Amino acid sequence: MAAAVAVAGFAPVAQAQEEAPRGDVTLRVAVTQEIDSLNPFLSITRTGTDVLRTAFEQLTTYDAATLAPVPALAERWEPSADKLTWRFTLRDGAVWSDGRPITARDAAFTFDLMMRDETARTANGNFVALFESVTAEDERTLVVRTRSPQATMTALDVPIVPEHVWADLDPGAPPTFPMVGSGPFVITEFKEGQYTRLVANDRYWRGRPRIDRLDFVYYRNSDAAVAALRNGEVDLVNRLTPAQFDELADEPGVSRNKAKGKRFNEILMNPGAADSAGNPIGDGHPALRDPVLRRAIAQSIDTRTLVEKVWGGYGEPGSGYIPPVFADFHWSTSRPFDIAGANADLDAAGYARGPDGVRVDPRSGRPLALRLLAHAGTNFDEQSAPYIKGWLGELGIAVQVQAVSDTKVNEATTRGTFDLAYSGWSANPDPDYVLSLQTCAARPGADGKGATPDSFLCDETYDALYAQQVAEFDRGRRAELVKRMQQRLHELAPMVILGYDDMLEAWRSDRFAAFQVSPDPGGPIMNQQSYWGYYSATPIARAEEGGNTGLVLGAVGGGVVLLAGVGWWLARRRAASADERE
Amino acid sequence: MSDAPVVVAVERPRRRRLGRYVAGKVGGALLSLGLIAVLGFLLFRALPGDPVTTMTRGRPVSAAQIAELEAAYGLDRPLIEQFWSYLADLARGDLGMSYTFRVPVADKIAERVGPTLLLVGTGTLLAVALGLWLGTRSAWRRGGRFDKAATGVALGLWSVPTFWLGLLLLSWTSGLFPSGGITYPDTPPDFWSQAVDTAHHMVLPVITFVAVVYAQYQLVMRASLVEELSAPHLLTARAKGLREDQVLRRHAVPNALLPTVTLVFLHLGLVVSGAITVETVFSWPGLGLLTFEALRGPDLPLLQGTFLVLAAAVVLANLAADLLYRVLDPRVRAS
Repeated sequence: MAAAVAVAGFAPVAQAQEEAPRGDVTLRVAVTQEIDSLNPFLSITRTGTDVLRTAFEQLTTYDAATLAPVPALAERWEPSADKLTWRFTLRDGAVWSDGRPITARDAAFTFDLMMRDETARTANGNFVALFESVTAEDERTLVVRTRSPQATMTALDVPIVPEHVWADLDPGAPPTFPMVGSGPFVITEFKEGQYTRLVANDRYWRGRPRIDRLDFVYYRNSDAAVAALRNGEVDLVNRLTPAQFDELADEPGVSRNKAKGKRFNEILMNPGAADSAGNPIGDGHPALRDPVLRRAIAQSIDTRTLVEKVWGGYGEPGSGYIPPVFADFHWSTSRPFDIAGANADLDAAGYARGPDGVRVDPRSGRPLALRLLAHAGTNFDEQSAPYIKGWLGELGIAVQVQAVSDTKVNEATTRGTFDLAYSGWSANPDPDYVLSLQTCAARPGADGKGATPDSFLCDETYDALYAQQVAEFDRGRRAELVKRMQQRLHELAPMVILGYDDMLEAWRSDRFAAFQVSPDPGGPIMNQQSYWGYYSATPIARAEEGGNTGLVLGAVGGGVVLLAGVGWWLARRRAASADERE
Repeated sequence: MSDAPVVVAVERPRRRRLGRYVAGKVGGALLSLGLIAVLGFLLFRALPGDPVTTMTRGRPVSAAQIAELEAAYGLDRPLIEQFWSYLADLARGDLGMSYTFRVPVADKIAERVGPTLLLVGTGTLLAVALGLWLGTRSAWRRGGRFDKAATGVALGLWSVPTFWLGLLLLSWTSGLFPSGGITYPDTPPDFWSQAVDTAHHMVLPVITFVAVVYAQYQLVMRASLVEELSAPHLLTARAKGLREDQVLRRHAVPNALLPTVTLVFLHLGLVVSGAITVETVFSWPGLGLLTFEALRGPDLPLLQGTFLVLAAAVVLANLAADLLYRVLDPRVRAS
């Protein structure tokens, strides 16, 4: 069938020069972020990891529907009774894209390299941070010993590399193409700042993809990416703005996917920032140390209105700390929007209003004038800040919005030099990382370096629950603990969860059938935690010819330039002769 | 034969003067480059934001890993020490490693300089040609309908934001030209296919670039030609019986060109950086786009490198203008 589609739908001209005979179906994906590196040990960008995930398998991946860990290179795994030793059994018969078998030795080599070599730890070093040893007992058995029990062992997002290729390479070296990999696609070409090309891996253990090529084409701005989708230059686009998404509703041949986002957006309330030793740092307003005040602020922000007005309805109002897209771990709650109630609470807590209507902190005597740090140029921040300023004004809090560069917000939130600040994180199917951001251990050194804190919370109860969940290997029981942690965060309110913005995508449905979203339903096609979206790409036959448009348009463009030149020359001649006649 | 020694006697001091002139200008340029190198280091350290914080944000990293990264980049060392090693590396022609891309900065810049030169070079040539032609015609018939229309259009386009114009062109031409980039991945690798595809991709960026910048050449050319038109030597030329066309071409335009040449060269240096907006709209993989990307982070070595290259372009263009001036204008030679 694939061959029939190839012949019917695409011009063979462009492919005549290819070395290997292949079909001609290319899925062209527009990305708006440059790829930092295609070295699997180094790449940290969203786009870089998205590309690498389609080319390198991990031990485990995530179920397309539920996002629970499922077998990938490892066919099964088992922790020991003391929870410290993990035995992974690798799949029999899986091979690298060059035909050599994939064995436990490749996995052991990868992890061992990361433990030994600083450069190899750049992107995914945290996953081996608590490894004690890694050994390949035989071709199929990988044994990992950890220093403490780690529930995250089934979510090791580490691309396994072939030992026979990387053994003699510097782990920081730029890759050579084609890259020997194990995923559904093989990376064959990388054009700096332009595109990355992958071809179908004929030896992929799940079976060859239904398309022949996968191009990631870089567009600096999403308007250009949308134009490219409309013109049929690309087939799949994500990260659309609500306006772009709405505009594409009536576009013929284009379908849209409104997916639940994995990012939560929040406003931090500096609860009294301190360094890792517990010494106060930063210059947060002292009144914010009072949970009563923080809860009153949280109660005075109408997240529903923000979702409607700022995101045009493309999002969900704030609830638990883990976004609802990770249904197993999400704790659903809602804080009623009640400024009158919040006012009553503050009155009762002794925050009297001054003559200008601004409340005064009874302990420090300072008026409740708070800075709100926003990311300049970020729509959500810039558009929601006036609402928040208004609501908090009704509460007797004077908010001064400061829109500054992203790096400046990051710097202030790591050093504790803020009162209120916009923030947000993308969560993963395994919640460990975002949960760790609220622990005492996430606090930085005295110079504001050495760790990335979120809210500077340091709470014994929360930390105890955190330690329990990471050692709990039963998914159901772990989810219970994670929900209790979110409840604790809700009570302490070091942040207001504003909401989770949808991921808006669109694709050429005149060329491709619907993609596998993950999680299913409600998930995105691109930037999944696995490769299901790209792997599921299914071309549909098309009647008209389309492959030659590039060349035709090139000729047209050249003709236009030529005509302009001739016109100019003629005009010049005419002008000259007119001059002569005078 | 007998008067040959006299010629040599006259030539020698002139040559010496030329040597001094060139040495002076080149020395000045080198001094500027040195200052740029120092400034490039200091300027970007003053930027808010810590590169390691930006790089590690949003992913799980331990304190040990952060320390490793800082050590690898040399960011844990005192500023003055970082400065000396920067200068020492620079002296060896080493621009350092990019934090984000993990490749030598020099390689990264080398990859990006070609597309920028292609876009900016083509654009500048067209803009200068168009500007000079329109400017000359406007001045020749100043006050006429052509003059009014051409000057109005030029000023209008000059004040249009590049970004907006680019997006407008993109939507107007809907589908006639590529939405971005420099080639399609599908284009066959042979020279002709690549050249045609590149030309096709260049149409919109070049039009945008030209539309926004040509006005300055036109207006300067027009102003200096208008001034020239009342000069007595044109009357002489006409009295000699030259045709209007010849008067314009042989006597008026060459004199009026001087200020325009200065402008062209001053801008030649600046256009490299001036292409940032055009490159951003059309995802043109050039230096401007690279600088833009490097600012997030900030990717210090990459910023230093692009800054150095962009600033050096301005200095070199100025130097070239100084030297060319001597050739074009006898008065500079005499002074």
